[in-house]
Amino acid sequence: MSFRDNPLGELKVPLTWAAAIALIVAAVAATAILLSDRRETFKAEAYGATRRASDTVMAPVGDVLTAPGRWIGHGVDAIKDYFAAGSQNADLKAQLKDMRQWRDVAIALKSENARYRTVLGLKTDPPIPMATALIVTDSRGPFADTRLANAGSEKGVKPGNPVMSENGLVGRVIGVTRGASRVLLLTDIASRTPVMDERTNARAILTGDGGPNPRLDYLRGRDPIREGDRVLTSGDGGVLPRGLPVGTAVKGLDGRWRIVLASDRAPIDYVRILLFEDFTQVVNQHELNEMPAPPPTAGDRTVTTAAPSPPKPAAATTAAAPAVEPAKPVATKSAAAKPNPPAAGKPAPDKPASDKPASDKPKPKPKPPAPKPSDGTNP
Amino acid sequence: MSAARPLEPWRWLGVPMLQVLAATVLFGIPLRAFNLQLPEPVFAITLAFAWAVIRPSVLAPFALLVVGLFLDLFWGGPLGLWAICLLIAYGVALAGRTMMAGQNRLILWAWYSLVTATALVSGYLFVMLDSKSSPGLIPMAWQFLATIVLYPYAQRLVDLFEDADVRFR
Repeated sequence: MSFRDNPLGELKVPLTWAAAIALIVAAVAATAILLSDRRETFKAEAYGATRRASDTVMAPVGDVLTAPGRWIGHGVDAIKDYFAAGSQNADLKAQLKDMRQWRDVAIALKSENARYRTVLGLKTDPPIPMATALIVTDSRGPFADTRLANAGSEKGVKPGNPVMSENGLVGRVIGVTRGASRVLLLTDIASRTPVMDERTNARAILTGDGGPNPRLDYLRGRDPIREGDRVLTSGDGGVLPRGLPVGTAVKGLDGRWRIVLASDRAPIDYVRILLFEDFTQVVNQHELNEMPAPPPTAGDRTVTTAAPSPPKPAAATTAAAPAVEPAKPVATKSAAAKPNPPAAGKPAPDKPASDKPASDKPKPKPKPPAPKPSDGTNP
Repeated sequence: MSAARPLEPWRWLGVPMLQVLAATVLFGIPLRAFNLQLPEPVFAITLAFAWAVIRPSVLAPFALLVVGLFLDLFWGGPLGLWAICLLIAYGVALAGRTMMAGQNRLILWAWYSLVTATALVSGYLFVMLDSKSSPGLIPMAWQFLATIVLYPYAQRLVDLFEDADVRFR
């Protein structure tokens, strides 16, 4: 039977039109959903109940699906370790010998730092608690680079918390539900991270573009960065703590500075979620706002509104400020002055390098040990 | 007798949809061997292409909407992004359906590549507007290559269901 003779041939036109109308309706619905999406705000309330429900379901599914891969990986590692035990032993002995020297240097520096902090009355960052989690799903496309970790609100994880592997910063949490957290990777197109060059302290914004090497935007100054420079989080803006290792700088094929991520050195399976709260979260904003503003000062006298004095340059005012309000000794009640005794199960070395000094000369820095997978929360 | 039977939606829409979602979840496992990761093809584009070629349908666009929303939730991207990209790809394939009729597999593969490129370029533009930054072209090229090699699956669906409905022979 030819096409012309087909008695049902005329049905094609109405069905095609109906399909076209259905396509338009579906496209309008999808556009409305896309326009109403507020993922880019990265606020807890913008994450939405749908995403939370999806993550709650997907986390255990991903956990089950990744299990065979983990078992095979552990098995392969065990076999490799068995056959390479001799050479590994020799390597480890050499490393241990080297590390003992670094340990002595670290102890001396720690003691010296503690003295300086006491003398300066410096208020140091408090230790950051952590939660260990397993990555259960992964997306690596050009439009979304996120991972799902199997630790959520029950472990105190909040949106904005930084996430680290044993090698460096991985990203930050953008959505939390019970039993799961969505981690936005540094490589995601929407990721913006304030970073700095360890050598020059030059600031930049690490911007993801869906590729493996995010680029450095807003670099300033003459020769602010060189190939191979270590890049750390700057802590600017208070979202991330200062000094977390991010990676090393390389010049991209497009002529832009890019970062080879430190976390890419090894597969990311277990991660540490730093339960970090920035200043704006910790401080009592209401109390701060209620404090009366101090009167304007000129030199060492308070300016009265009845007899206004001529305006002075800002530098002079700034220079005079310490004379009016000298440094109070309250700050000596700091974490440095009273170092916290290590609690049981909370060894100090796992604290991230939030108080690591940046200097022009490369200094030896002991690397924090890798997290223990079996560890429940704090290292 | 079986050829005269109307094509039931669960056979040509439901089962392939579940297969594609299962494959997407499997490829979402964070597996890395020899410093290489699994590729991330967009399996759902095979549905957008095959469903349009098999026959025009009222249900297919809504099924693609559901698949796209699932991809956005699973991959953590902007909600609605892949839904609209898949629907645009479906629209392109539906518009070119008459031109594809009777063509050999190589030409159909070229059409499939065009449909894939349309979806990815749409995604590029939407993401650029959404995040005010351009996604990398190299990762897009990798995803494009990983997706066009899935054409045999789309062809299999077309071969299975193209002649299943007598009204659309």
